[in-house]
Amino acid sequence: MSEEVKVFGFWCSPFSRRVELALKLKGVQYEYIEEDVFKNKSPLLLKYNPVHKKIPVLLHNGKPIAESLVILEYIEETWKANPILPEDPYEKAMVRFWTKFADEKCLPALWKAGWSPENEREKAVDEACECLKTLESALKGKRFFGGETVGLVDIAANFIAFWLRLIQEATGQELLSAEKFPDLFKWTDEFGSCSVVKESLPPRDKLLAFFKARVAEAMDAQTNASK
Amino acid sequence: MEEEKEVKLHGMWASTYVKRVEVALRAKGIPYEYIEEDLSNKSQLLLRYNPVHKKVPVLVHNGNPIAESSVILEYIDETWKIAPRLLPDDPCQRAQVRFWASFIQQQLFEAIGRIITSNGEAQEKNTNELLQQMDVFEEKMKEFFPEGTQGIQNESIGLLDILVSATFSPYKIQEEIAGVKILDPKRHPIIYSWVTNMNQVPVMKELVPPHEKLLALLQFVRQNALKSST
Repeated sequence: MSEEVKVFGFWCSPFSRRVELALKLKGVQYEYIEEDVFKNKSPLLLKYNPVHKKIPVLLHNGKPIAESLVILEYIEETWKANPILPEDPYEKAMVRFWTKFADEKCLPALWKAGWSPENEREKAVDEACECLKTLESALKGKRFFGGETVGLVDIAANFIAFWLRLIQEATGQELLSAEKFPDLFKWTDEFGSCSVVKESLPPRDKLLAFFKARVAEAMDAQTNASK
Repeated sequence: MEEEKEVKLHGMWASTYVKRVEVALRAKGIPYEYIEEDLSNKSQLLLRYNPVHKKVPVLVHNGNPIAESSVILEYIDETWKIAPRLLPDDPCQRAQVRFWASFIQQQLFEAIGRIITSNGEAQEKNTNELLQQMDVFEEKMKEFFPEGTQGIQNESIGLLDILVSATFSPYKIQEEIAGVKILDPKRHPIIYSWVTNMNQVPVMKELVPPHEKLLALLQFVRQNALKSST
């Protein structure tokens, strides 16, 4: 009997890509359903995630699970191949600590720094760089946060490895440079060159165009605001 | 050796994050040494154990420090697999508990913080947002507790019990400080009975902070927040 696994996602969301990456790492077959999150969420999505009405949602044998980090822990507990968490409770706690840091501190700080208006930019960039520096310290010269293989922290930090570089290209702002963060920069290359990771990333050109359009929108809004 | 099996907790008397960890330790009967931190003068030990956030709680087990209450709680449950189990064994049920844990923290707990540190129109908006999320929570918890929330004892406390308590136990003080109604038994009977039942559980009663002291501290927090926003 085949298991039914479905992922409701959005092509440019790092959160639904996290889920896809974990499933691919573990060799789990799944059906992907693209949601039009900006204009027209499907009745199924609203049924499966009535509380937040967001992607990603994992559906396993008819049971829905929402929130990407919750889904990742579920995937780890359900499919045992290629573990993304260590067995030892203390090591596991360290991984969860850094996953939380990447998700709750780094991502919002980086997003803010990428899109903040001129007058707030310097402070936002400083905070973002502090986060990157701290996250880099968790690498400790390893190839991945997970050691020799991709682990939960690597997956949670996927935004930094791929989305961030494209935002930098679109906005002309450099947050993550090889000079300032040599270990972290190297990690983005290692992470990005894994075949499984490559399969679970959005198309580069499409995402870059998406960010460039956002930059143009933001600039228009600023020009109009100052008229 | 005895020293190697020691558990220490760095905390602060008013922190609900610290309380979450203490409830778990006491409910499981895990002996621990409590170290009160003066957050205006953090100990060298705390700064060494939690260099990233410099916050409490920090649990130190066999000399190994762990920070972030949600991480600590999962660690405690995995290391001491004795009753009460904070999380269920089944992965799907665990996912549901983790989902609601995240919801309680972000949509309820943090929302109350925003209500306490705001006034006027902003406070009204924050309050409406909280109440709406409490409506959602109330509705969904009917499925979790088809027979109501009685019967929670030390031996049966779970993660969501701890988090609901951390959020709403001091509701009378919160309401007094903020000047708004937060927990109405008519609008949210399940949440209300859950909180009042939890407040009667022995381990919770042991950990209630001194009323006047907490009132004064929250008053101070509110005044500070309002000052810096004008």
